[in-house]
Amino acid sequence: MTLSLPALAAAAVLGLLGIGVAGLLVTRNLIKVVVGIQVMTKGGMLAMVLAGYLSGRVQTGAALALTVIVADTIVSVVALAFAVQVRRRFGTLDLQALSTLRR
Amino acid sequence: MFDLLIVAATLLCALQAIRSPRLLMSALWLASASALTALLMYLLGAPEVAVIELSVGAGLVTVLFVFAINIAGEEVTDLRALVPRPLAWLAALGAMGLGAWMAIPGLRAPAGPFPEPAFAAVLWEQRGLDVLLQVVLIIGGVLGVLGLLAEGRVHARKEKQS
Repeated sequence: MTLSLPALAAAAVLGLLGIGVAGLLVTRNLIKVVVGIQVMTKGGMLAMVLAGYLSGRVQTGAALALTVIVADTIVSVVALAFAVQVRRRFGTLDLQALSTLRR
Repeated sequence: MFDLLIVAATLLCALQAIRSPRLLMSALWLASASALTALLMYLLGAPEVAVIELSVGAGLVTVLFVFAINIAGEEVTDLRALVPRPLAWLAALGAMGLGAWMAIPGLRAPAGPFPEPAFAAVLWEQRGLDVLLQVVLIIGGVLGVLGLLAEGRVHARKEKQS
C-alpha cells in the first residue's frame, strides 16, 4: 500500500486510539486518566475529518469534528474539576485509594 | 515524506504524554500532540476545524491542565494500575489491529468532491441541532469551571458543626 495522505491519517487515528486505551489501562492517577481520554478523542476527531475527506463531504465531517472538539473540552473541564475536588476532600488522586466499596 | 514525519511526531508526542512520569510534562506533550493533529486536519482540507482545534485543544485545554495540576499538586509516586503493563500494551495493540482490519477496506481513493455549501452554511443550516447541543455543553462547562474554582467552604462548615 502506498503511503498516501489518507492511509497515513488512518494510521494516526488508529495509533492515537491505541495509545489512549493503553494510557487508560496503565495508570491510576486521575489526571493521567484525563490525558488518556484526550488522546483517544484526538483520534476520534481526526477520524471524522478523514471520513469527510474520503467520502468527498469535507464540510460535513468538519462540522461533526467541531462538535467532538466542544464535547471533548467540556469533558476534560468537568473531569479536571472532579479531580481537583477529589484531591481537596480525600487528599489523593489515586483511583485505588478512592474506592470505598472493596472489602 | 512530510506527512509521514507529522504522523510519526504526533504518535511520539501522544506516547510521551502517556509515559511521562510528571503530570506537567504530560500536559505539555499532550499540547504538542494536539497541535500536530490540527496540522493533519489542515492537510486533510478542514482549515476551520484545524484553527479551532489549535486554539481550544492546544491552548485552552493545556491552560486548564496546568491550572488543575497547580491546584491538585504533583504526586510523584508511580501509581501502577492493577493491569500489568505488558498486558495493557498488548490489549491496546490488539484493539489497533482490529481497527486496522476493519478500516483498511474503506481506504479507497477519495470520492469526487460533492457540491457542498461552505463550512458555516453546513454548520448553521444542516447541523443546527449540533450547534444547540454545543451551547448546552458550553453551559455545562461553565458550571464545571465553577467546580474547579470552588473552595471547600461548605464541607468545612459542616465539619465545624459536627
